[in-house]
Amino acid sequence: MTITEDRAADAASPEIGKARRRKEDQRLITGRTRWTDNIQLPGMLHLAMVRSPFAHATISSIDVTEAKAASGVIGVFTGEDLKDIQGVNITAWPVSAEQKTPDHLPVAVSHVAHAGEIVAVVAARSAAAARDAAELVDVDYAELPAVLDLKEAAKDEVLAHPDLGTNTSAVWQLDSAGQGSGGDVEEAIAKARESGIVIEREYRQQRLIPAFMEPRSTVVDPTGEQVTMWSATQVPHVLRFCIAATTGLPESKIRVIAPDVGGGFGGKLQTTPEEFATLAVARKLGKPVKYTETRSETMVSGHHGRDQWQKLTLAAEKDGRVTALKVDLMADLGAYAALVGGGVPVLGAWMFNSIYKFDAYQFNLTNYYTNKTWVDAYRGAGRPEATYAIERLMDELAAEVGVDPMEIREKNWITHDEFPFTTVAGMTYDSGNYEAATEKAKELFGYDELRAEQKRRRESNDPVQLGIGISTFTEMCGLAPSRILGALNYGAGGWESASIRMLATGTVEVITGVSPHGQGHETAWSQIVADKLGVPFESVEVLHGDTQIAPKGMDTYGSRSLVVGGEAVVRAADKVIEKAKVVAAHLLEASVDDIEFSAGTFGVKGTDKGISMPEVAIATWTGHNLPDGVEPSIDADATFDPDNFSFPHGTHLCAMEVDTETGATKMRKYVCVDDIGTIINPLIVEGQVHGGLVQGIAQALWEGAEYDEQGTLVTGSFVDYTLPTSADTISFVTDHTVSPSTYNSLGTKGVGEAGCIASTPAVVNAIVDAVRQFGVNDILMPCTPERVWKAIEKGRSVPGEGERDAQPHFDEGVPNQDPGAASEGSQA
Amino acid sequence: MTRINVTVDGVSYSDEVEPRTLLVQYLREGLGKTGTVVGCDTSNCGACTVHLDGTSVKSCNVLAVQADGHEVTTIEGLAENGELHPVQQAFHECHALQCGYCTPGMIMQACDVLKNNPDPSEQEIREGLEGNLCRCTGYHNIVKAVQQAAGAMSSSSSQAVSS
Repeated sequence: MTITEDRAADAASPEIGKARRRKEDQRLITGRTRWTDNIQLPGMLHLAMVRSPFAHATISSIDVTEAKAASGVIGVFTGEDLKDIQGVNITAWPVSAEQKTPDHLPVAVSHVAHAGEIVAVVAARSAAAARDAAELVDVDYAELPAVLDLKEAAKDEVLAHPDLGTNTSAVWQLDSAGQGSGGDVEEAIAKARESGIVIEREYRQQRLIPAFMEPRSTVVDPTGEQVTMWSATQVPHVLRFCIAATTGLPESKIRVIAPDVGGGFGGKLQTTPEEFATLAVARKLGKPVKYTETRSETMVSGHHGRDQWQKLTLAAEKDGRVTALKVDLMADLGAYAALVGGGVPVLGAWMFNSIYKFDAYQFNLTNYYTNKTWVDAYRGAGRPEATYAIERLMDELAAEVGVDPMEIREKNWITHDEFPFTTVAGMTYDSGNYEAATEKAKELFGYDELRAEQKRRRESNDPVQLGIGISTFTEMCGLAPSRILGALNYGAGGWESASIRMLATGTVEVITGVSPHGQGHETAWSQIVADKLGVPFESVEVLHGDTQIAPKGMDTYGSRSLVVGGEAVVRAADKVIEKAKVVAAHLLEASVDDIEFSAGTFGVKGTDKGISMPEVAIATWTGHNLPDGVEPSIDADATFDPDNFSFPHGTHLCAMEVDTETGATKMRKYVCVDDIGTIINPLIVEGQVHGGLVQGIAQALWEGAEYDEQGTLVTGSFVDYTLPTSADTISFVTDHTVSPSTYNSLGTKGVGEAGCIASTPAVVNAIVDAVRQFGVNDILMPCTPERVWKAIEKGRSVPGEGERDAQPHFDEGVPNQDPGAASEGSQA
Repeated sequence: MTRINVTVDGVSYSDEVEPRTLLVQYLREGLGKTGTVVGCDTSNCGACTVHLDGTSVKSCNVLAVQADGHEVTTIEGLAENGELHPVQQAFHECHALQCGYCTPGMIMQACDVLKNNPDPSEQEIREGLEGNLCRCTGYHNIVKAVQQAAGAMSSSSSQAVSS
């Protein structure tokens, strides 16, 4: 039994925790990829979309004559042509019973509610011919007044959807007194107004664009018994459900495949008009068709993220102990309620109180429609907004009390011996250790030294000031317990599915219902299964992203894949072991009760007899010698529905240099210590943290979707929507503490969104900290040099504040100086 | 239509193309070189980066007819005799890719950076890759991979010299 011996030797070195290089890489680094746009099928036609240039209009007429006559054009379809089969883009989460939800047709029939909405589809033999012909479609619009600003929308003077009679989509509240998880927020605020501290701020969460690197693409082949759709999506299973629910195609007649998918970040957590339009045209023509968007189309048509105004009232005692937080949130859904849509801000409801112990809490949300691109999940979805608000407020409170912002946090946070802890919002956090993560982060950061440097620069009136930003975040992820989703009126469950097939020749197929698009699940799941079943890492093949191969799944978003999907894999493996035990006992002529499974071997207690998992697999496959009544299979399926969310946390520290004369900012150092419970693969975890950090930093410093007064997206390409480059960013210091989750057997917590949730307030806190002495207490994101400079100038103009002597800009002896500034400097 | 003669990844091709055809479209649609991808329509993202006569270009920014008589190397032609190029190897070792969509362009650009500067500083690497966008990695591990590849390439070339 040589295999047994091999495994015994390996048993000392578990796969879980190993920095395995990814299985996925080989194909990706050699260009052997299967992006949707790579797919070519015999007779395939190509689509181009005709999109509304107006933010709000009715469609008077569409003349397709010229386009239809163009060379190579097979068909031109309007919404009218497709209306019987195109289905509708539904929302899964009407947040209240009274929610108003406009119909979202994939191809508009009579009314367009944002610029970029599809009004006609051209099918031609090449993508170029389709695009040429799209230019020839003549659409006559009657323009309507558009509502573009969130606060304007709240006035209901101009309506995004006149039929609805209001721009308000829904109102939703969480009140600690009402639900019995805390005190009365108004009482606490009133008391603080008399004898404590009240901090009132309004923060803006600007609109962002997910900007995954692979533009979305969909191929539909209607020529088989099942219609097959390949799509660049995070959610093949959800997509299949939505197609079946709205187009009249039975679910059993639809196969959806997510092949290689080039990033998502929530941006591909959608069932899109483009997918539905492509399906409808393929069915009309009976031919395979492909639609691949241009980047400019992604920007106007793929959903955006964030876009909130947050009105916040924090009440505290004089010493800085927080007594209450009241949140009044306005959220812009754009033109339509997207798949998660109005639920995104709701996901933040439990997170404004973060890691802190408040007496009272209230969260009031109103969702509004505007005539802009729809808004849905973007990395973090609701939780970055909440984290930003509370972490900014804690800094404001510290400034008011006059203590170090870390001290205010320490005074208010849940201590490590208080877990499990039920918060004022009603969530029960299973585990964590904020003190440990903070201590480690401060040490790696050199917190005290940097504070000392900050003090020196302040005292010397250095034109380049240093600021330190803190973000001691937590988040709830691992979406989600089905019962909670049901209570919140969400339209689906939050379980996840897995199957394990033990192949005759010793290898193992693991089928997972999650749908990775860069997260390295094939590698991480292989590590888990290798440990569980005692088979080599290389022997495990992870299959996903195809409803025919992985028939059940809830897909990948909300940092759920490992904590929910990984646990389903663990449970399937447990079932395999239990089934295999019966076969092993029979083959070893022992009682099942005497069989022990360890490191890939079934042994008999008190003997040296044993049989390996692959040996049991092949014995099961032949079926020659099985116990009576036992089926010849040790394969197993499992579906896992979590009891609770996952609550990773961490301490992020950021040092920013601010040039007070130009407003330019420069990141000096960024340290984060995240506690995500047990780590399966540290290499993959680091990668997730790094990527998340930069997306969060980008919100703080560079990114923002901007519209002009006509409702045209002016940041409609990568020229104007400024993603960070390698030259804009720095290398990070990342580390971990480990407080295993108690809600799954591996002890894991989500990590996909953590960096993005934590980093934004750390950066802005650092910038504000650098210039607070000039009377600045807020700067709108993105904190461009212009905004930083203006904030400083405005603060300085307040009498008595921020006065200082003019200083030379550059240090002597530093090259590449502006000659004028240099001579001024030398004179000084 | 215009006839062009191009060598791509060591194979010579002679094709009729529409003059407006971009090099990337010719590579993907004409030759099936789908390892090279398109990420934007404004030449910002660099996902389509290939080598034209050994120098990196964004193939969405070059017409196919401009490649007439020239030699193109794509990500698919980088590994030789089944051996990964040191930059490819380093990207794997350092976990410098997640979704992998920017990776072909990023690797081709990294090769170009190292060709011009075999021993770059972190800042020089960051500036050298500025024209290639990645949304997954935060660039941290990409920079690390290029540093590692630089080390591997210089030690292998010094070995070659000493042997």
